[in-house]
Amino acid sequence: MKVLVPVKRVVDYNVKVRVKSDGSGVDIANVKMSMNPFDEIALEEAMRLKEAGKVTEVVAVSVGVAQCQETLRTGMAIGADRGILVETTVETEPLAVAKVLKALIDKEQPQLVILGKQAIDDDCNQTGQMLAALLGWPQATFASKVVLEEGKVSVTREVDGGLETLALQLPAIVTTDLRLNEPRYVTLPNIMKAKKKPLETVKPEDLGVDVTPRLKTLKVAEPAKRSAGIKVPDVATLVAKLKTEAKVI
Amino acid sequence: MTALVIAEHDNASLKASTHHTVTAAAQCGGEVHVLVAGANAAAAAAQAAQIAGVSKVLVADAPQFADGLAENVAEQALAIAGSYSHILAPATAFGKNVLPRVAAKLDVAQISEITKVDAPDTFERPIYAGNAVATVQSSDKVKVITVRTTGFDAAAATGGSAATENLTPVADSGKSSFVGREVAKSDRPELTAAKIIVSGGRGMGSADNFKILEPLADKLGAAMGASRAAVDAGFVPNDWQVGQTGKIVAPNLYIAVGISGAIQHLAGMKDSKTIVAINKDPEAPIFSVADYGLVGDLFEVVPELVKAL
Repeated sequence: MKVLVPVKRVVDYNVKVRVKSDGSGVDIANVKMSMNPFDEIALEEAMRLKEAGKVTEVVAVSVGVAQCQETLRTGMAIGADRGILVETTVETEPLAVAKVLKALIDKEQPQLVILGKQAIDDDCNQTGQMLAALLGWPQATFASKVVLEEGKVSVTREVDGGLETLALQLPAIVTTDLRLNEPRYVTLPNIMKAKKKPLETVKPEDLGVDVTPRLKTLKVAEPAKRSAGIKVPDVATLVAKLKTEAKVI
Repeated sequence: MTALVIAEHDNASLKASTHHTVTAAAQCGGEVHVLVAGANAAAAAAQAAQIAGVSKVLVADAPQFADGLAENVAEQALAIAGSYSHILAPATAFGKNVLPRVAAKLDVAQISEITKVDAPDTFERPIYAGNAVATVQSSDKVKVITVRTTGFDAAAATGGSAATENLTPVADSGKSSFVGREVAKSDRPELTAAKIIVSGGRGMGSADNFKILEPLADKLGAAMGASRAAVDAGFVPNDWQVGQTGKIVAPNLYIAVGISGAIQHLAGMKDSKTIVAINKDPEAPIFSVADYGLVGDLFEVVPELVKAL
């Protein structure tokens, strides 16, 4: 059984982005880029299923600029068997990515697609659900546990107030939450091995998908700044301030 | 121009997130209708009809809606989507799960987690963990939107008298089924609805040490939260997590204990009215957003604070 894992190249988790002075976006020139952390968790989960003998092939896919090849090489160093880059310079929205993935899935026929629940750049949290709808597949988002069985997958989800478990018929879509697993460190021998794995490049046009954005970004601004308050010397002062100044207790 | 709000509820009652979403829907400029898809959900539907500003409640009542499965709820929304200019849901685990399915089937973009309605086609939303705010304009025929509940006041729960209409329920997708639920039992208020939140971070040191926050939360009637670091360390469950990848909160009072203040955490709580930080490191970034900072050992400060309240 084949598993497909889409991975996104995003500004690294530790980078604090700056808004461009002309308000056209955030400045990502010369900023460290990495694989979206939730996608790393998705790939790790696919690898664990493969190592458990339940999955035969893991295919990593990325949609974006040529440099996404690096992200795919990282994915293959984690263990993906091969990579597919759908190359475009368009800043793709989740709907476009879902359409591209659907076209690939029609060709590749995986039984399971594992995605990160959201990318940490646009914070959209849409692609997996959109893909499931376009394919007419069931979905389990925000997974903290995935159990693959014959013809179905049982997924425990992080929901407000606790956990819930769903059973999905395969083929199915799963999106990952933080606690699903802890991704492995990529080792040097695996990085070397990944360089030899097949990486195919296609264009959205080859797949018959129009990736033109639907939303127009009018401006990007700094959020309203919260100014630092005061340091209080002791608990008594704190309580007094909360009572008389902030009036919140 | 009419907006449809997909209600979040547990069949017995509406979640507060629905009321906040109604406010955002009303700002889109037209009438507001609410879809209640549930099983034996008459009570939730009746509450929806009383929300101020709602003119119609559409009820789909059938067993396949009992547990809010995304496949079924989205299909029900799609069955009536043709009449609406805007379709909105709260940006909660429920709304985030359901709404992108609706957008994809309508072949329109979704605008996630809006914090402001600038015009019926223009919205503001935070990106990069709230380090930037994007103003986006949609030219799609239907605007599909999830609403960050902290960005909009709750619509009044009473005062409305909407007409109720029963819908023919869509069939069960048959592709997914609900197996079970483990809901953390707690007498404390829900995190996203709480007026006061006491949150702990990595500085708490262990799951056991988190217990010293309980008397403080009890005394204040507060909900308990945590930073991602505390969740990752296994001190507390994930649904306590406040931040970019957890819950977004904006209580009247947020007390951050042993939380350094990574940008991802600040993204989830910096809209709180008053922020108190207790941390032994005077350089901790949390102090840059705190109204009142207390530098000290939390294991001494917290019990002292409980006594002083």
